[in-house]
Amino acid sequence: MLTVTGLGCARGGMPILEDVSFSLHAGQTRVLRGPNGIGKTTLLRTIAGLQPPIAGEIECDPESIAYAGHVDGIKATLSVSENLAFWAGVFGRSDITDALTAFDLDTLRDRQAGMLSAGQKRRLGLARLLVTGRALWILDEPTVSLDAASTALFVEAIDAHCAAGGAALMATHIDLGVPAETLDLTSYKAALPALDPGAFDEAFL
Amino acid sequence: MIGLLRRDLTLALRAGGGFGLGLAFFLIVVTLIPFAVGPDTTVLARIAPGILWLGALLACLLSLDRLFALDREDGSLDLLATAPIPLEGVVAVKSVAHWLTTGLPLVLAAPVFGVLMNLPAPGYGWLTLSLALGTPALSVIGAFGASLTVGLKRGGLLLSLLVLPLYIPTLVFGAELARRGAEGLDPGAALPLLAGISLACLALMPFASAAAIRVNLR
Repeated sequence: MLTVTGLGCARGGMPILEDVSFSLHAGQTRVLRGPNGIGKTTLLRTIAGLQPPIAGEIECDPESIAYAGHVDGIKATLSVSENLAFWAGVFGRSDITDALTAFDLDTLRDRQAGMLSAGQKRRLGLARLLVTGRALWILDEPTVSLDAASTALFVEAIDAHCAAGGAALMATHIDLGVPAETLDLTSYKAALPALDPGAFDEAFL
Repeated sequence: MIGLLRRDLTLALRAGGGFGLGLAFFLIVVTLIPFAVGPDTTVLARIAPGILWLGALLACLLSLDRLFALDREDGSLDLLATAPIPLEGVVAVKSVAHWLTTGLPLVLAAPVFGVLMNLPAPGYGWLTLSLALGTPALSVIGAFGASLTVGLKRGGLLLSLLVLPLYIPTLVFGAELARRGAEGLDPGAALPLLAGISLACLALMPFASAAAIRVNLR
């Protein structure tokens, strides 16, 4: 479903990861690990197609990816169901009831999204993944601000998604208790290029 | 895409959406002009087409900086960029939504504001026509400016500096068309040139804007 070979990523023009290779097949979950700043978000954004790789190849169908970043894409003045129905419409679908139920948002469906707590917003952001109908989920710290019960809902959703032939690639620091391959990015850290003071043009970038 | 248009219109109409802001600004500018230049009706009639056009242009500028910045802040822009809608389509739809909430009300209200400026009678139709033709160009050019500055915090001032020079051709031919109409002259080349500018901007600007957004998302 996803094959990454020799991938190099840069952030702000600075190479931070090199020679990352792994693959992900249907039904599999893979967890990215590594200290802050190692490049988990950059790798996920590169795979999601938001920035070009500096080296290597990503083989996957871009039409199969659903990306969820640090912020949830929620409009504060729309209700929960309006937010979800909008994203369902963008992906050419209309049914949002299953997604609302899966993340226990039924009682909040007419609440203005701006009035939700941080954890409820995150649940709404994760429910968006279900309405996309996409097979490969790219998740950046999906469990931030979730309580234990909501994390359990998320794990259920991941299990159901993988059982239905989907796959998930996520960066997280906690142990979710799902059967997952891990990929520690520490060993792929790019060597810092030697600074040549004469060629230093960061001020002009 | 229809869903995106509907969402943007809904957002504009809800609290803090900014619908009517441009119109109110336009009204205030046009009301202030007679205080500044004096109540001499012949002077007002002479400068009316230019002032009305300038007011419409500034009103259009007012709501541009939120066009993509809000979507960028709440993460929607990242998600839209990975959605099945092409980014060019997203830009085009958002420009249309901007025009419907800012440009179209200005076009419809312009004749009323023309009265405040003592616009000569034959000018009303031409003023409305020139704004109807020109404001779509203002929205799409503005969307290009907004996509260039989307990565910047508080990019509103830079946005104005970038966009206002690009508005000059539209302003020149739009105000010229309204002026010739007000003086009862034949519209001449201003009409096809204004229409041409609008059509060219509508056709090309979404591609430039989408490219700018892609760069800014990196």
